[in-house]
Order: sequence, then structure tokens, then C-alpha cells
Amino acid sequence: MTELKSGSNLEKVLKAGHFAFTGECGPPKGANVEHLREKIAHLKGVVDAVNVTDNQTAVVRMSSWAASTIMLQEGVEPNFQMVCRDRNRLAIMSDILGVSAMGIRNMLCLSGDHQRFGNHPQAKNVYDIDSMQLISLVRKMRDQGLFENDEEIDVPPRLFVGAAANPFAEPHEFRVYRLAKKIAAGADFIQTQCIYNMDRFRNFMKQAVDMGLHEKCYILAGVTPMKSVGMAKYMAKMVPGMDVPDALIQRLQGAGKGQVAEEGIRFALEQIEEFKEMEGVAGVHLMAIEWEHKVPEIAERAGVLPRPQV
Amino acid sequence: MIVADRKPLAEILDMIKDMDKILIIGCKGCVTVCNVGGAKEVGILASVLKIARKKDGRPLHVDERTLERQCDPEYIEQVKDVVDEYDGVISMACGVGPQFLSQAYPNQRFFPAVNTTFYGGAVQHGIWEERCAGCGQCVIHYFGGMCPIARCSKSLLNGPCGGSAGGKCEISKDVDCIWDMIVRKKMAEGRLEDLMDVKPAKSWDTARDGGPRRAVREELVQ
Repeated sequence: MTELKSGSNLEKVLKAGHFAFTGECGPPKGANVEHLREKIAHLKGVVDAVNVTDNQTAVVRMSSWAASTIMLQEGVEPNFQMVCRDRNRLAIMSDILGVSAMGIRNMLCLSGDHQRFGNHPQAKNVYDIDSMQLISLVRKMRDQGLFENDEEIDVPPRLFVGAAANPFAEPHEFRVYRLAKKIAAGADFIQTQCIYNMDRFRNFMKQAVDMGLHEKCYILAGVTPMKSVGMAKYMAKMVPGMDVPDALIQRLQGAGKGQVAEEGIRFALEQIEEFKEMEGVAGVHLMAIEWEHKVPEIAERAGVLPRPQV
Repeated sequence: MIVADRKPLAEILDMIKDMDKILIIGCKGCVTVCNVGGAKEVGILASVLKIARKKDGRPLHVDERTLERQCDPEYIEQVKDVVDEYDGVISMACGVGPQFLSQAYPNQRFFPAVNTTFYGGAVQHGIWEERCAGCGQCVIHYFGGMCPIARCSKSLLNGPCGGSAGGKCEISKDVDCIWDMIVRKKMAEGRLEDLMDVKPAKSWDTARDGGPRRAVREELVQ
């Protein structure tokens, strides 16, 4: 990992050995640019890059590439998310070239939630390629300068290639191998699913470190502060592949009226402290869902400010 | 086989609302095996249509036939003497049947009584499941004899995705995660390395994506 692959801020921060801190921002359900700029403003200067979600939970929103370009205008580095659900390989490759042309330098490759979850369950699901194939496609375009069909690209895209890992989905035994596979496919960095079960995550990271995966790729631990007991229960029961231990729910319940959100933040801060020391963890990906305004406070209290200038 | 479900009665009644005399044609192929469009189901549909129309004060004359198959001109021909005697004809075959009938008898109107759903088989009496997507390039031998194209909700060739929990798919607790089954089988066999190579992007040109398909066996073509 010597030469810069994309020149993104996130890449530079990680390569310089800093503990990375990334955020997340969902585009609006509409063309409400002002609202988007407002959300972006909360994140400016407090994170290294911001994931811009792509029709997350299969609900139609402003396109992730458009919101990413608005983010660039605001002086915040986007991590452009792309799911395989909505585009075939033609659209995928043209969007990759498009975002690179617009100056976007990070891209996160995802399968995407099935459209059955979303607000247009009648939609056709594309899945021409899967997230693994998307990772290798972006790498091929960037490093070999070739399209999927091996035709040459006139100026290849420059992107720092990210992928997701969910240590809590099943079969558990296979998850670290799937991570290895994504790294072999070409992932430069990994952002994990929200972590609540620390025991299981410690075990997952130990396996990853034993396999030397942390030396081939930067692994960012996913953190989402719980805002309420209801949110914790919803995530525990309704979100597939999410592992919320009962002990955490009880802890939030015990926080008392008006104190649950603060307790949720405290738990997140404890997690971040542990991740700073955990072998193989190169940073934290903070997904403060519809809570962007809380990110500066969390970053401050987590002791990750100021962000490194590289 | 091809699996189908019968359309709701109201939809079928609406198709024939202006008619007084109809023919229902069943098929002894797949739809007989999946208990939706064979002679027995033709009889049941005929009875319920007659009852419904009688109740409505507009009695309906219904005749019944069941052909060996509706995907072969030689059997389609067997109704040539009677087919034009009706105001309309209902086919209880898969989507192929009413199309073959429509082409053979352009002066008659044919209506599908079933919704063709998938290629699959019976997993227990009365329950059928999808097994094949007809993609034109079979790959099940890479995946422990299971097809992720037909059986994974996202057709992932490099699964399982992050939504796999308790052996079930993220879309529903009623849907098995086929990737969970593939991985567990490979682990039990000690052949996990089979899944470690990134399966490349699939060519869909042999699937429906490449346009309507045609199979030609030269040795049989006269």
C-alpha cells in the first residue's frame, strides 16, 4: 500500500496510519437540496469521508451520485455507495466513470437491500452482478483500465474501493472467509455492519487478524448509537443480520426517562474507545441514522477531533 | 415441471362476463401434476363458474376437454372441430397453452385461467418450490447441487449476503437462504475452498435477457 490508488482523503488518512472516522448521510426523499446541505454541514470537518447511501432500504431517494456531488461542493468528501439492485453492468460502469469524472474518489460496493423492504416492492430486481463482482469490476476498471468486456477505457476511474462486511449475519463461521473473499476481489477498505455484540466482533476480528486480512485492507468498525429502546428492539427483531444483545436493551431501559439517547451515545463511545485499541481495526464508521447533528458532539467526546489533515 | 396457480374466480368471471357458452381446456402435463389445470380442476372450475353465473341469473354453458399437452400442435389440433362453437375458450395450461391455441385458431379468443409461476417441484404434498430460473447455462454443480440464481432472492453467485439470519432470507422468514444451505453443505463436506474463488459476472445472454429463445435439434428437423 505505497502508491495512492485514488488520492481520496480517506485513503490518505488510512495510509498515513491515522485512526479513520467516517460518517453517513442519507439523501433526501426528494430534490430538497437545502435539507441535504444542512445535514452535510453537521459533518464538515468532523469526519474523513461521508457515506452517501444509495436508495437505502430500497426506498427511492435522490441518487447517491448526485448527492455525492453536492457534498463535494460543500467541501465534504463523499463515499459514494452503489448497490447492485438497481443497475445492470452498463449503468454500473457508466456511473463509475461519471462519479470519477465529477471528482468523487471513494466508492462502497454493496448488494443492496431487496426491494421487497422498500416503497416500490413491485420493482424488477436487477442483480446483473453481485457485490463481490462489483468490487472486482471497479478494481479492473481502475487498475487495468478495462471494462468488464476487456475493452479499453479512455482514462480509467480513480476510486478507493470499499466493501461492507457483516460479522453478525449467518452462517457465522463463513463471515470471515467472505471478508477474505471481498479483499481478494479488490476491496481497499471495509466498513462493517453496526456492531452491538462486542464479544462476537472481538472474535471476528481475531479471526481476521489471524488470517492477516488487516494487513491487506483497512477495516472500519461500524457504530450506530441507539436513540431509544424502541430502536434497539426494532433492530434486534426486525433487521435481518443484526445482533443486539439483551444486555444492551436492558442497559438502555435502565437509563431512565430522557436519558436513553445519552446512554446510547455512552455505549457508542465505549465501543469507539475499544476499537481504537483493537488489533486490526483501522477506524470507525459512524452511522448516526437521521442524527447527523449529533456527530460533532460524538466525535468530540470520542476524542477523534481534530481530524488529521494529510 | 412448470408450476402454476389458478387465477381468482372473480378475474375469470370477468374475462367471460359477456359470454354464454364456453369451453374449458385442461392439460395433462405439468399443470395436472401440480393440481391446477388437469381434468379434475377443469371440472371444478366448470362447476364453480356455472354456479356463480346461475346465482347471477345468467346461466353459463360450459363444456370440458383435457388435452394430452397444450404445447404441441398435434394435441392442439384435437379441438379443431369444436373450438369455434364457443363464445370463448379458457385454457388451464401454463402460459404456453393459450398461446399455442391462439395461434392455431385465430378466430377464437382464449383466456388463461392460471398464473404460471415457476419451474420447480413438490417438496411435500401440496407445496411446490422454485428450483430453476431457466438461465440457459446451468451452474448448480459449483454450489452443492443448489441453484443460487433461482433460489437466492438476489441471485448472488458469491453469497450469502448480510441479510442471512437463522437459515432464512432477509425478504421473509418463509424463504430459506439458499446460500446458508450451500455454505453449510460445503463446510460439512470439508470443501469450503470451492466457494473461495470469486465467481465472475455471469453472462445472461443465454437467459431471457438475451431475447426470446429457441431450441433447434437439427436431427429432428424435417
